Amino acid sequence: MAKIITVTSGKGGVGKTTTSASISTGLARRGHKTVVIDFDVGLRNLDLIMNCERRVVYDFVNVIQGEATLNQALIRDKRVNSLYILPASQTREKEALTFEGVEKVLNELSETFDYIVCDSPAGIEHGALMALYFADAAVVTTNPEVSSVRDSDRILGILQSKSRRAEKGLDPVEEYLLLTRYNPDRVERGEMLSVEDVSDILAIPLLGVIPESQIVLNASNQGLPVILEDESDAGQAYDDAVARLEGEEREFRFLKADKKGFLARVFGG
Amino acid sequence: MSFFDYFKSRKKNTSASVAKERLQIIVAHERGQREQPDYLPKLQQELVAVIRKYVEIEDDQVQVELDRNDECSVLELNVTLPEH
Repeated sequence: MAKIITVTSGKGGVGKTTTSASISTGLARRGHKTVVIDFDVGLRNLDLIMNCERRVVYDFVNVIQGEATLNQALIRDKRVNSLYILPASQTREKEALTFEGVEKVLNELSETFDYIVCDSPAGIEHGALMALYFADAAVVTTNPEVSSVRDSDRILGILQSKSRRAEKGLDPVEEYLLLTRYNPDRVERGEMLSVEDVSDILAIPLLGVIPESQIVLNASNQGLPVILEDESDAGQAYDDAVARLEGEEREFRFLKADKKGFLARVFGG
Repeated sequence: MSFFDYFKSRKKNTSASVAKERLQIIVAHERGQREQPDYLPKLQQELVAVIRKYVEIEDDQVQVELDRNDECSVLELNVTLPEH
């Protein structure tokens, strides 16, 4: 039985696909057979972030509609063993992700994989609800910014009422906060919500804090999951988050601004 | 950070603390609504209609709230009657 982890946020542009790519890569790198599924029908992008856009032949909707088998559609990652990508369809209607179809594909994947990571589209419409429904765990990706935090809270409400686990009265979906684009300098200046602020408001366990970093754009330019940038702070922060997802205890890093001398602080720098 | 910002940032009313305060209020409000049963708005409408048979009131003069406790739920109905 695979564990289904949905990466979600409500708001767009907060780093769901970046996070899905890194979490799935991290889990696979730790030896788990992992598949990452793009649920964003019509706006497929996980393939670009994972650098397999030219290897897409069949997609998620083809499998649902019986036009291809799962094995034909799954793309094997070239960098990390036991990591597979199931791309979204670029041309179909969102409604092509039928409830029964998604369930069937997830059940089939569940037989051979350890982890299924679902990259949710933004919003709270069909595709997002499909990605949410089957979740065992949800990684709520949030920026330290008012609209993102509010939307994350909305998504938590949906998880608690409309997920499969909620409907069937099973144990609730595990909810984790992943704070991305965190800028400790601005937090110290009182210009950005702190980790504590966001944790207080959303009141769910903190999975990780990814510092705002130029590495993230650099990595996506090249189709490299950020977590593979082992030397970078963002890469290491993702590695910590994946370890915590598996129950490991890791101290939080990169939460403090670089120490500046007194003169630099007074006169700017 | 410049000379003046250094002192400014020590104060409590930074934009981040304003953000936190606003979020706490709106999130609490939206969570409250989320936990309300679907029939509540309709119940409120019908209650207003019944009361209007006897007293002239506006829609916002009737407030219906449901408080859920472990043992039981309390339906709180607040009607503000016009002054005479």
